[in-house]
This record gives sequence, C-alpha cells and structure tokens, in this order.
Amino acid sequence: MTSEQPAIQITDLTVAYRDKPVLWDIDLTVPGGVLMGIIGPNGAGKTTLIKTILGLVRPAAGQVLIYGKPYAEQRRLVAYVPQRSSVDWDFPASVLDVVMMGRYGALGWFRRPGKRERELALEALARVGMREFAHRQISQLSGGQQQRVFLARALVQDAQVYFMDEPFQGVDATTERAIVGLLQDLRAAGKTVVVVHHDLQTVTEYFDWVALLNVRLVASGPVAEAFTEAALRATYGGRIAFLEGRLPDAGAGERRTGVVVSS
Amino acid sequence: MLTDLFADYTLRTVALGSALLGIVSGVIGAFAVLRRQSLLGDAMSHAALPGIVLAFIVTGSREPVALMIGAAFACWIGAMFVASIVRTTRLKSDSVLGLILATFFGVGLVLLTWVQQWPTAAQAGLDRYLFGQAATLLERDVIAMAAVGLPALLILALFWKECAILAFDPDFASSIGLPVRLLDALLTSLLVVAIIIGLQTVGVVLMSAMLVAPAAAARQWTDRLGVMVALSGIFGAAAGVVGALLSSTAERLPTGPMIVVCISILAFVSLLLAPRRGVVWAWLRNGRLVATR
Repeated sequence: MTSEQPAIQITDLTVAYRDKPVLWDIDLTVPGGVLMGIIGPNGAGKTTLIKTILGLVRPAAGQVLIYGKPYAEQRRLVAYVPQRSSVDWDFPASVLDVVMMGRYGALGWFRRPGKRERELALEALARVGMREFAHRQISQLSGGQQQRVFLARALVQDAQVYFMDEPFQGVDATTERAIVGLLQDLRAAGKTVVVVHHDLQTVTEYFDWVALLNVRLVASGPVAEAFTEAALRATYGGRIAFLEGRLPDAGAGERRTGVVVSS
Repeated sequence: MLTDLFADYTLRTVALGSALLGIVSGVIGAFAVLRRQSLLGDAMSHAALPGIVLAFIVTGSREPVALMIGAAFACWIGAMFVASIVRTTRLKSDSVLGLILATFFGVGLVLLTWVQQWPTAAQAGLDRYLFGQAATLLERDVIAMAAVGLPALLILALFWKECAILAFDPDFASSIGLPVRLLDALLTSLLVVAIIIGLQTVGVVLMSAMLVAPAAAARQWTDRLGVMVALSGIFGAAAGVVGALLSSTAERLPTGPMIVVCISILAFVSLLLAPRRGVVWAWLRNGRLVATR
C-alpha cells in the first residue's frame, strides 16, 4: 500500500437493472486520505456506485480496485455504513450487539465475540458519544442515535476506506456536526472516506474531494476544481438555480448558499 | 393426565414428538420471522402436500420417513420457484408466494383426491397430513424427527452470529465477506426441516402458525435475540404438547388445529399483556400520561 496507489480505482464501470443503465462507463480514481462526497440528483446511481464497489451489486462491465486489488481480497481494509433506513430497528438487539457486528468479519467463523470485542465496541461508542447507550435496545434510539451506532460499527472495523450511504439523512444538526467532525478526524488519520451526500450547500464545507454523478460521472477531483457551476448544471440539468452566482470559478472558498435544487 | 403422560406409551410418544416439533419450529421460525419470511414458510409448508402424495405414489407405502423425504423435496422446489420467479419477473414477492402456495397446494389436493379413489386400502389416512394427527405418531417417527431436528438446531447454533447478522443487515453481512446466498440457502433448508417435522402432527395447512406464532409471542417478552429464540422454542414446545395431548383425548380430533389454538392463545396473551410492548401496557402508560398532565 504505497501512498501513490489510489485508494479506489474504477475503470469502465457499467451497471444496469433490467436493461436500463444505472451507471454508465464510470472511470473514477480516488486518492488515499481524502474525504469525498458523491453528489448527484435522486436516481443518479450514488447508492448503486457504493454497492457496486462493495460487491453487493454485480456490474455489467468494468472493474473496481481497492488499493490495487479486487474488493474480495481487500475486505479488511473497508468499512461500510448502509443507509439507516435499510434495516429494521425493531430487531431484538442492543446497541452493543450491533456495534460488535463490526468485528464479525475479523472474528471469522464459529467464534463468538468476547471481552476484546466488547471493549473495542465500547471504545467506538465513546467516540460517537454513545457510550452510555451501550445497553439500550436499538428500537429506543432516535434517528441521529441510530446513525451514530452504525458509524460506531464501522469504526470497530478499523478500516482504511470508509463508505457511508447518506449518513446525514434525517439526523439532527448536532449529530450532523458530530459526524462531520468524526469524518474529518478519520481523514486526518490518513483514512479515505467516501460519503453519498445530497446537500449541495455543505459540500465545500465538509469535503475536500468530490464526484458529481448522474448515471455518468460528470466531474471528479478536488472540490475547488470539480465543484463548478458548469459541472453542477451538467449533473442536475435544468433543476438547479444559481441565485448569487458564487461558485468556485467565480471565487474559490466562498459559501455557496445560493445553490438551490428544485426537484 | 400428567400421570398418564408417563405411563401411557402412546401419550408419551405424542408428547415427546410434539415437544420436539414445537422446539424446532419455534427456534427456526424465529429466524424466518425476523427475516420477514413468514409467508415463505406458509408457501413452503403448503407446497409439501404434492411431495407427500407423490412420495406415496412412487413408493406405495405410507412410511412417514419416505413421505417426509418427498415433502422436503417439494418444499425446496417451491422455495426455489419463489426465488427464481421473484428474480426473473416483475412480480412482487407476496404475489409470487400466493401463486406458489395455491399452485402447489392445488396440485397436491388433486393428487390426494385421485389417490384416495384407488380401490386399494394403502392410501387410507393420507389426508391426515392436511391437519395432522399426532395420535398416529410412533416411536420411530419421533426418532426420525429427532434425527433431522436436533442436527438442524446444532447447525443454527454453530452459525448463530452469521445468521443473526444476516437477519439484521444482509448488505452489511455481504460487505464483510459472508456468503450471504449460502447462508440464505442454509436457513431455507432449516425451514424445510422444521416443516417436515411438523407434517404428521400439525399438517401442511396450519404448519405456518407453528413457525410464526411462537416467535411473535416470544418477541413481546424480550429485546434480546438469544432469549427470544429460546422463548420461541419453549412456547412452541408447550403449545405442541398441550395441543397434541388434548387432541389425543378425543377420537378423530385433528391435532393441527388444537396446537394452533394453543399457540394462538399464547401469542394473543403476549400481544396483550407483555410488559412494555403489550397493548394493555400501552393503554396503562397512556392513561398515566393523561393523568399526570
């Protein structure tokens, strides 16, 4: 794992559901140690892109490499945070049970989680500010707390590359700030973090790398270079309005509160 | 009646068989319920009927083990039909389950009616597999049930954490490298085992209640997976024994309905009275909230 080797390298990736292309000929290289947002309208294939990288969706064509090797060989380097709404939160489990699931991959077959797994899970819960909720039944959590539990489960995986599907969906402002802080800590520790995101207004504030996606990859790269008005127009088509015209090509680093997406 | 239980060979066999059936279907059914596959269990148990009748037609005997093997095949084929139709067509899974249930059960009923018109006597009693007749259980039937049921429970215990994570979050399970399709096939096979164990006692029509009701009742009393699965097995066994013994006391009373009445009462009481999740509990809590306001 050299520093020059990209964390994720996607070549010629095409995914189709019943003849309808969901992702078309994606070429995307993500260097290690960035915090990347995948941005695009509904139905752009953002979730599908993550699921294909993780081998959950089989591509029609193309290749995905994680630090130079197929995902199947690099699982231990990868942690995944699915959409919060993808599971039944009335499942009979405690917060600690769910977080310990993050260790199951490393544990292997037939071995039960023990003291070490408990300690790692409690540590991860402390990092997301949920230590005192360890024995709480998961159905009693708020949306933001559920998201933190999922995040803690990914943290105990102790990975190099983190994939998160809409971690800010339906969480309160406090949780959103806490999660962003945590993601930035991960990047500071040299990890690569890929986040499916849909709030254009926070892109420049949260991420240093961006991929604009709408079935095709419209643009990718450092936020200052790739997050341009032209690229946004190409991604969102006519559904976007630029109220103040303050975009990276107009002046990098300014807040783009004027970007509005109407669907 | 309790003293009869230990003295009377028939009753002892019936009680033992029903307890075994209840434990296996309760434990394995709990996973089906948590994976939202209750209806798959229903479709699969109805699909067993043509397997039973065909096994009889092929072997010419009512030997339960032979019929169980036929039933297991039919269950599996039904489950595979469901999976492949859902995968290859635009039909939603509930429609597919209804379709497969009706098709297999219909074919089974036609075959059964035809076989029963044969001039021979060997087929007599084949219709007991519709609603079950625990009184016909022999010791060797119970041994056969144990021979497939106990290994099934052991396998589930071995793959406990993998099955738990598959039930809670299959995408995550797949992302950490678990062979999700294999585990899914394993759990479906265990479901087949639970169903064929219940055929003689409960019958194909009501078997799904033995898979769903104990788990639904158990979920009310606990928030822990292990406790829920264990409770589900205990509830299933209790309903099985009580129902089978009650039906054995009356001539020609089918066992399936009796067992299902017992487990339904258990489930109903649980839904009503269980602390925190029960309906009555919710009423009391709301009442208290109103009172303090």
